[in-house]
Amino acid sequence: MSDQRGMVQRRGLGHWFTHLGLIIGVLFIFFPIWLAFVASTVTQPEIVRPPMPLLPGGHFIENYSKALFSGVNAPVASMMLNSLIMALGITIGKIVISLTSAFAIVYFRFPGRTVFFWLIFLTLMLPVEVRIVPTYEVIANFGMLNSYSGLIFPLIASATATFLFRQFFLTVPDELTEAARVDGASPMQFFWHILLPMSRTNIAALFVILFIYGWNQYLWPLLITTDPSMNTIVMGIKQMFPSGDDLADWPVIMATSILAMVPPVIVVISMQKLFIRGLVDSEK
Amino acid sequence: MEKRVIFKGWMLPALLLLPQIVITAIFFFYPAGQAIWQSMFVPDPFGLKTQFVGLGNFEYLLGDPYYRASFVTTAIFSGLVTVVSMGVALYLAILADRLIKGSGTYRTLLIWPYAVAPAVAGVLWMFMFNTRVGVVAWYLGLLGYDWNHVLDEAEAMGLVVVASSWGRISYNFLFFLAGLQAIPRSVIEAAAIDGAKFWTRFRTIVWPLLSPTTFFLLVVNVVYAFFETFGVIHTITAGGPQQATTILVYKVYSDGFVGQDLGSSAAQSVILLLLVGILTVIQFKFIERRVHY
Repeated sequence: MSDQRGMVQRRGLGHWFTHLGLIIGVLFIFFPIWLAFVASTVTQPEIVRPPMPLLPGGHFIENYSKALFSGVNAPVASMMLNSLIMALGITIGKIVISLTSAFAIVYFRFPGRTVFFWLIFLTLMLPVEVRIVPTYEVIANFGMLNSYSGLIFPLIASATATFLFRQFFLTVPDELTEAARVDGASPMQFFWHILLPMSRTNIAALFVILFIYGWNQYLWPLLITTDPSMNTIVMGIKQMFPSGDDLADWPVIMATSILAMVPPVIVVISMQKLFIRGLVDSEK
Repeated sequence: MEKRVIFKGWMLPALLLLPQIVITAIFFFYPAGQAIWQSMFVPDPFGLKTQFVGLGNFEYLLGDPYYRASFVTTAIFSGLVTVVSMGVALYLAILADRLIKGSGTYRTLLIWPYAVAPAVAGVLWMFMFNTRVGVVAWYLGLLGYDWNHVLDEAEAMGLVVVASSWGRISYNFLFFLAGLQAIPRSVIEAAAIDGAKFWTRFRTIVWPLLSPTTFFLLVVNVVYAFFETFGVIHTITAGGPQQATTILVYKVYSDGFVGQDLGSSAAQSVILLLLVGILTVIQFKFIERRVHY
């Protein structure tokens, strides 16, 4: 096997250069995170008198518990809980409404079906960033500022997932539907017992992508959560910097940055196959 | 494509569609309509009533040197982010593709920064280059280079470009590696037997066969640079210095929420909407072609 690529595969020195190039790339990717981690384990004086150390110090527990339980404006633990609720709300909400509407579009004929399809198609690529001011007004009028529903609903209003499930449902063999109908299954029974189990992998892959998308939201929570107790962790980090000339509490801020990336990174690494599949699917 | 076997009735599908229709109508179509509507009005100085100005806001914007500068800034920024993140990713993907063993390990090591939020990436890079405590800034100082992205426009741009590209490398790497591995080995072997060196093979075989992936990534990365980099800009430079890093999305935010100029911000939203529309059409045209190909 190894000789199959022998013709285009450099041996010896070239081989090591390939590894060297990749290792340099990996180090470049890791360096900022390593530095943040080191900063989250040392004391403030060690950071403000540059250069800061490049190896971790002994204040890990102290800095992280300070961040988690007291933070700067709000305890980071509560910000993480807000992020988790927001991310799960967006993920589950979007998957549920997309599954049912894709089912309706693919498996039924009703007046206005094509119009509806094109309407959701329109929402495909328009990010919330483009319509922030009017969407903000809608949320404010509903009294949904500083609320989870205000954080979640505007980010569900896009049809990427609907489109994805539509594409998948179209590949499900008609014979299955036929068989279900012959056996007297109602549309909803078909949906629950045949379509949903078949979509498991697609749902899981989408779950990974949407969770990261939801967790990493920045602009929207920045606008609608003015109350620190509703801040999400990703937008809360910037709020921890003092506005004037005061010195930022770097160890706590860097501990918060690390905490902000731990959940999505764990999701990506532990579900790597689903993650890659979700990425490729959702961009098609 | 249509299903041959379907279910009857319209009540059930209407019910199934209802949640999405309601949410999309309230949180998508209504605000988008509002943006278009507001873009044709200006509030009076006291904010008591608004006056219809038709396309006046657009005319004003297109003549506004700050807005035009923001267009240029956006073009430079997204061009650089796209080139840097795709260039580094392609280089790493080519290297990983040359390995018989271990490309999977490198893939695992390289893809996870995708999960790091742009805003967090912004904080990490801002920390390294912080004028007071930043390690990199300090070592640059040792070398006699006085780094100050708070004052220097080019340095500010460079920093937001690198911070925005950094997390994006993972994504591009993943797609490039998949694209490279899909190229039939036999074609490259054949060229190698004919004596083609690495660069010749790359130029004449690999690059053309990779072009669908490259084009797809080009569009996706431009969209990324346009919208998703808000977090990076907001955390590192807040659009400064002298608006040197105020990209279009940032200007919608700063004019609408900081400056409270709703008419202008809405008109900017509409212009962005058109830009996204164009990019979407380009992308779908391209994907259709790839399906035929």
